[in-house]
Amino acid sequence: MLSKRVIPCLDVRNGRLTKGVKFEGNVDIGDPVETARKYYEDGADEIVFYDITASHEARGIFLDVVEKVASQIFIPFSVGGGINTVSDMRDVLVAGAEKVSVNSGAVKNPDIISEGAARFGSQCIVLGMDVKRVEKSEAIPSGFEVVIHGGRKYMGMDAIEWAKTGEALGAGEICLNSIDADGTKNGYDIELTRLVAKSVTIPVIASGGAGSPQHMVEAVTTGRATAALIASIVHYGEYTIADLKKHMAEAGVQTRSVW
Amino acid sequence: MKIGVIDYRAGNLRSVINALKAVGCDGGMVVKSPGELERCDKIILPGVGAFPKAMAYLNETGFVQALNEQVVGRGKLFLGVCLGMQLIMEMGHEGEKTPGLGWLRGAVTRFADTPGLSVPHVGWNDTRPVNSKAIMAGVPEGADFYYVHSFKVACCDSSDVAATCEYGEPFVAAVERGNVFGTQFHPEKSQHFGLRVLKNFVELPC
Repeated sequence: MLSKRVIPCLDVRNGRLTKGVKFEGNVDIGDPVETARKYYEDGADEIVFYDITASHEARGIFLDVVEKVASQIFIPFSVGGGINTVSDMRDVLVAGAEKVSVNSGAVKNPDIISEGAARFGSQCIVLGMDVKRVEKSEAIPSGFEVVIHGGRKYMGMDAIEWAKTGEALGAGEICLNSIDADGTKNGYDIELTRLVAKSVTIPVIASGGAGSPQHMVEAVTTGRATAALIASIVHYGEYTIADLKKHMAEAGVQTRSVW
Repeated sequence: MKIGVIDYRAGNLRSVINALKAVGCDGGMVVKSPGELERCDKIILPGVGAFPKAMAYLNETGFVQALNEQVVGRGKLFLGVCLGMQLIMEMGHEGEKTPGLGWLRGAVTRFADTPGLSVPHVGWNDTRPVNSKAIMAGVPEGADFYYVHSFKVACCDSSDVAATCEYGEPFVAAVERGNVFGTQFHPEKSQHFGLRVLKNFVELPC
């Protein structure tokens, strides 16, 4: 039986691991390669890295991190942040990432999804979506709107429509982040997760708001996600990944055994 | 020992080479032209992507002929990974019907649409070694491997099957026949058990 995946997400800034709340107030919390290695040994099923570096120069530092990770960690990992062209995709895949995540780059230029899928295969194109709750309207019938720039810019696009478009263009997975829930540790936006997961056939990864193993259980049961993205709850040592998986297994969720 | 990892523009070669290093084989080398297979002791065909496109590329570049010479003719040990395993079958049904290398009898077809099951099949799934094959040596029943695929292999000869898995329906997770091996999962991305499978391949006598 296919296991539900537990995926720690590492935000990397200038080669260091950082964590902020609602995309703001980032603080240095460690070395990304060491941290990834620890999560790998502890049973992470996959790892996501986001390059949140602002400067072009620091891109090289980030790619060095990706290369180091690839030589030490034998599970899939994806890389996102600042992916705007097929050439950006190629850089991170050549550095050893298994998948590449496009977010605002795809909102601005949806063709990057189909071009990336044609060039590298759908399996390695993850559509990252940042979504905020808004009033339901004609333009946003679901009441969930796509935003970019860490939630600062509203795009006038309905999240459900964008998920379907992304799938049709060739995305292989969707990583669905609720800006409202992000960093709150109050739980994933289950309504959003379920709505999107029901609208597409590709796997949906729930993101934003994980504060307890029970939240993760909800995401992959009621929310219909196939994976749960986590950050704070493991970065600060509150839980280990093994703890989380144990809790999920006790709640009847199939997870990969750490042998 | 040199293990040639074929670059046909359809795979993450670095992770295969990195994983070979992790199991003590520093001889992993990227092979870009068919002539280079001559000096390889073993061959890995990795790959993700579409069956027809990959087969067309292997045909145009002369890899098909070279692979037939080295693997069928000279009996070199071969491991196909994911799409690389599918390509050794007789026929692919991805898009247009496309003949594969045809070393093993069977076909490659899409997962049936089943409500509630996402396609592609992405993630870790428990896998059952069968027929006590060398490639799966040391892997316990139910070990999890990482998969990412929409198409699956069905073998005509059940004795070719080295492992099975289930996603809505049973499918072939690994094959083995003589010097030809294949895994639908990604051993290079499947942590301990994946590395064990690669080690098995590395350590098999040439």
